[in-house]
Amino acid sequence: MIEVNDVYFTYPTGVAALKGVSLQIENGEFVAIMGQNGAGKTTLVKQFNGLLKPTQGKVYVNGVDTTKISVASVARNVGFVFQNPDNQLFSETVEEEISFALKNFGFNEKVTEDRVTWALNLLSLTQYRKTSPFMLSGGERKRVALASVLAWDPSILILDEPTIGQDYQQKERLRQFILQLQTQRKTVIIVTHDVEFVAECNPRVLLMREGQVIADGEARHVLTNLDVITQASIVPPQIAQIFLQLCDLDLPKEVIDVYEAREILVNRLEKKIK
Amino acid sequence: MPIIETGKLTFTYPGSSKPSIEGVSIKIEKGEFALITGPSGCGKTTLCRCFNGLIPHFYPGEMNGEIVVAGMNVADNPTSDLARHIGLVFQNPENQLFALSVEKDVAFGLENLGIPREEMRKKVDSALRLAEIYDIRERPPHELSGGQQQRVAIASVLAMNPEVIVLDEPTSFLDPLSAKKIFEVIYDLNKKLAMTVVLVEHRLDLTARYADHLIIMDNGKVILDGEPREILSSEETRLIGVGIPKATRLYELLRSDGIKLNTRIPLSSDEMAGALKEALTR
Repeated sequence: MIEVNDVYFTYPTGVAALKGVSLQIENGEFVAIMGQNGAGKTTLVKQFNGLLKPTQGKVYVNGVDTTKISVASVARNVGFVFQNPDNQLFSETVEEEISFALKNFGFNEKVTEDRVTWALNLLSLTQYRKTSPFMLSGGERKRVALASVLAWDPSILILDEPTIGQDYQQKERLRQFILQLQTQRKTVIIVTHDVEFVAECNPRVLLMREGQVIADGEARHVLTNLDVITQASIVPPQIAQIFLQLCDLDLPKEVIDVYEAREILVNRLEKKIK
Repeated sequence: MPIIETGKLTFTYPGSSKPSIEGVSIKIEKGEFALITGPSGCGKTTLCRCFNGLIPHFYPGEMNGEIVVAGMNVADNPTSDLARHIGLVFQNPENQLFALSVEKDVAFGLENLGIPREEMRKKVDSALRLAEIYDIRERPPHELSGGQQQRVAIASVLAMNPEVIVLDEPTSFLDPLSAKKIFEVIYDLNKKLAMTVVLVEHRLDLTARYADHLIIMDNGKVILDGEPREILSSEETRLIGVGIPKATRLYELLRSDGIKLNTRIPLSSDEMAGALKEALTR
């Protein structure tokens, strides 16, 4: 569990990136953090794995105050996949990349080997085992970064902009994959601008603006609240845009999913025909 | 006459056993807003690199077939000549900006062409206004937001007054509102100045509405090429795994349930909402 109590964070340059954030994320939750560039999203998630420590206030990860322990020991529980995979890849082969952290955490050779094989298989990277990560495409490098984090089995997974540069099928695979992690009671936190992806997943959404959380709730509530999302430079997902325009026709307003939209409209239009 | 025409264009990067694009024959007419999409690794970016001569002049490899841009054979003309006719904007603006002020960045291409100072001033100002960044012209690009940086990259291309602007996923690093504004700027260039636009994008929810020509690639080949509404409502498109706009998808789902709306195939939420309103109040 992650608990954030009235956290302020100011960078050494004087930029106040978080201004009084309080929230709780339970084990097994799927949370999307959204908001304009510079709203404090990445600064917030970096508090979760101890990369940054609050200037004021407290962050507890699984009950432990992040200021009391090292980044390495927080990292054992919290895996972080950066927006740009190139910031995190450095090994000569995909296999070495994935085994690096495992070795550092002190897993023996047999376990390391097994975990690497498992992670490669999970992310369809087995054929690239001996390949240099830098020979791979951007989307593939992102999967390597994800595999290297998943390999050590953290209970909390943070993905910064996981859908950038991913095509529709890859996004669908990512969605399935997150669902699968949830069945294992893993906490998944994504930072994203991708409203259509969020609409398809319907996670809990934390909306940030200027260092504060301005909305917190199920995606269908938050993404259909035009006032609040406009403040965060978010455009509603396309299905929500349609239903917002039909608001005076006595239809539900909080619709973001295309299949739900279909059901509602078929019901209404068939009744009309009869 | 098309402004871009390729004939059986094939390109293979060195060390690769398989061509990145293969037998691509397309025509993009002057003044069109063409949208190119397809799964990752389908060859979109490679094709863009051919448009302005980065391939074959900078990227080594084996090129076969024909490509003519603005009447110039790409293989026979240096990129500096091509740059007067066609400009490229990339995904990440940071990779493209380097000067100490916005206006110096925008002027850079012109300086290299040796254009007189007065004329350069005019062109730079006009480009800054078109991209709506005139007010921030004296600021250093690296201090700007991602959306503003991308506008600087676009203005740098506009200053050269090209006939064609090619944008390769220009908004993937931007928040949705900034992305929408960028697409509106691009659409304006196309409609008001009749500039030919070639946009490469995965996110058709945001962009299909602007296009009058859609090209779908898969595995290095052009799979579908034509009118966006027809292509996006075809079963084939869905099967390739292209992210069809949700408004179009909803229309198709309702049609498969026997509900026919009184509209052409919608590409945007506004079109779909209009048709539904009509059906619900009929």
